[in-house]
Amino acid sequence: MSIDYQALSFEYRPCREQQTQRDTQPAQPAQQAQAAPYPVIVVGAGPVGLATAIDLAQQGVPVVLVDDDCSLSTGSRAICFSKRSLDIFDRLGCAQRMVDKGISWNVGKVFLKKDLVYTFNLQPEAGHHRPAFINLQQYYVEGFLLERAQELPNLEIRWKSKVVGVQQNGTPGAGDASVTLSVETPDGIYALRGRYVVAADGSRSPMRKMMGLDSKGVTFRDRFLIADVKMEADFPTERWFWFDPPFHPNQSVLLHRQPDNVWRIDFQLGWDADPVLEKTPGRVIPRVRALLGAEAKFELEWVSVYTFSCTRMERFRHGNVLFAGDAAHGVSPFGARGANSGVQDAENLAWKLAMVLGGGAPDALLDTYASEREFAADENIRNSTRSTDFITPKSPVSRVFRDAVLKLSRHHPFARQLANSGRLSVPAVLRDSPLNTADSDSFDGAMVPGAACVDAPVHMDGHPAWLLRQLGEQFTGVLFCDGRGVDQATRTALDALRAGPIPLKLVVVLDGDAPADARIGMRVVHDTEGLASTRYDAKPGTFYLIRPDQHVCARWRQLDADAVERAVARALCAQGGAATATASPNPNANANAVRAAH
Amino acid sequence: MALNTQPNLLRADDFYEALIDMHRGLDDAQSQSANAQLILLLANHIGDHAVLLEAMRCAREGALEG
Repeated sequence: MSIDYQALSFEYRPCREQQTQRDTQPAQPAQQAQAAPYPVIVVGAGPVGLATAIDLAQQGVPVVLVDDDCSLSTGSRAICFSKRSLDIFDRLGCAQRMVDKGISWNVGKVFLKKDLVYTFNLQPEAGHHRPAFINLQQYYVEGFLLERAQELPNLEIRWKSKVVGVQQNGTPGAGDASVTLSVETPDGIYALRGRYVVAADGSRSPMRKMMGLDSKGVTFRDRFLIADVKMEADFPTERWFWFDPPFHPNQSVLLHRQPDNVWRIDFQLGWDADPVLEKTPGRVIPRVRALLGAEAKFELEWVSVYTFSCTRMERFRHGNVLFAGDAAHGVSPFGARGANSGVQDAENLAWKLAMVLGGGAPDALLDTYASEREFAADENIRNSTRSTDFITPKSPVSRVFRDAVLKLSRHHPFARQLANSGRLSVPAVLRDSPLNTADSDSFDGAMVPGAACVDAPVHMDGHPAWLLRQLGEQFTGVLFCDGRGVDQATRTALDALRAGPIPLKLVVVLDGDAPADARIGMRVVHDTEGLASTRYDAKPGTFYLIRPDQHVCARWRQLDADAVERAVARALCAQGGAATATASPNPNANANAVRAAH
Repeated sequence: MALNTQPNLLRADDFYEALIDMHRGLDDAQSQSANAQLILLLANHIGDHAVLLEAMRCAREGALEG
């Protein structure tokens, strides 16, 4: 039985604040905020809002998610979800459904006129759980995220709840600071108060506007026809991009396969195209026929004409309101850096909010959400801008160079690296983050502090498994060992880390078939293909500290528990080399106390 | 300075003639394309980013001079 996610509609129910107000002061408008603020309110139930809410709830933080509508997205929105997003969705419990429904792809081809000039493979090596990309309609991603969200008892979703006012109370960052939202529903307006608010309300972000803030940048003087076409077709599962093809001369075309025999075709139209006229079937159908052939059978599912911009807010944090996803930053789609970077915003933010609310970190940790994700947004904007400038040269001479690159690409390998039809989304390496501890030992390879962890095939309890699934959700220590196992000093250090002020999850990666020491009492994986130690440039004794969002925090050639504790404290913006907050064994106990049982 | 602007052409006049001759029979659009392709080919051959940036800086300054 398949669900039509575009047609789903969700029920509006008056919330408890409205019930209370109705019961106690039936004649009064809802002016009173509830007794204690919610820990977090997330505004916007798109992919980024849903991911944030699920991640918070999984980490023990009660969440209220409000959305101004009662349905999922429709039509053609985000479709290319990156490996990093899938790795995040794995941790949030939804990735397998997405991969099963979606179309996996790694290969892209770039054509000039009729000729193939360039082929790229985004994941040329084996030994990764998830593909470089899946194509899946945004309404499926939202539908699967929503079904996961509905499993979490501490995640409450309020539909037809539109934020119409924002007021910050107290000194931002202080323990008693909060945000009061005025929320409009079919039953009237009520006040909803939260310690923190995540604004994930999309590119037109009403939250941003209500707070008098801007998202600024560049608009590209061009128009693109986006058509979702339902058809049976033989094109392989590859991203195909044409410059100046015979079927659409002097312009570009992009083709992606989606589930349900739906194909997404982007036709570049030029700035002078009439956006109203070009959406009409009379204009669209001939373009599609020119690509597919006169005999092709297809249906138009969705047609729209877009102009693209790259913009961002100057700061993603404003008091106790944190902006994420398209509300904070927007990019042109070439490179799939929109929704994917938003999902990465969500995972960066969720653990930090959980730590602050649980008393494990000071409010200042949330400033690093803003700085890390502003940095990532700049990288995404730079890449998306470069691609769009190549696809839509801004000046005659820019066009001369662009065409020169394409001509050279036919015959000369060097030019193919310059041909830019999109630099596909990879996670930014947060190399300058203040949360990192710099290497004091010598390491090669990509797993530098600030990098998102790379996957590797391993064995666990005798079965095939994946390294990445063992990392994150809380701070994780990864110790690489060989057959000599773990000596007593190391074991003592590991026990201390497991029981420390911020307890670490511990993973031991054993060389190949080295016997596991059953007394170790921590998660043991076997690096059967040796890829974990290769990818992490690990030797026996190497220890990595990984953040809850699966980013490398610090690494050493030998385990030193004090150094690890100092690195954890640094990653939490804690003072004085150890977490000073009154952290209980459950860092989220305080979050539950903030919102009394109801 | 990373960029070498001391005499380094082994056959300066031969090079100059060949450069002009490269454009023989080309219309303006083709000449523009040939120049752009030549820049890209030589830039790749040089490779060093600092050298390339400096060359471009000199060229831009020269173009802006009266």
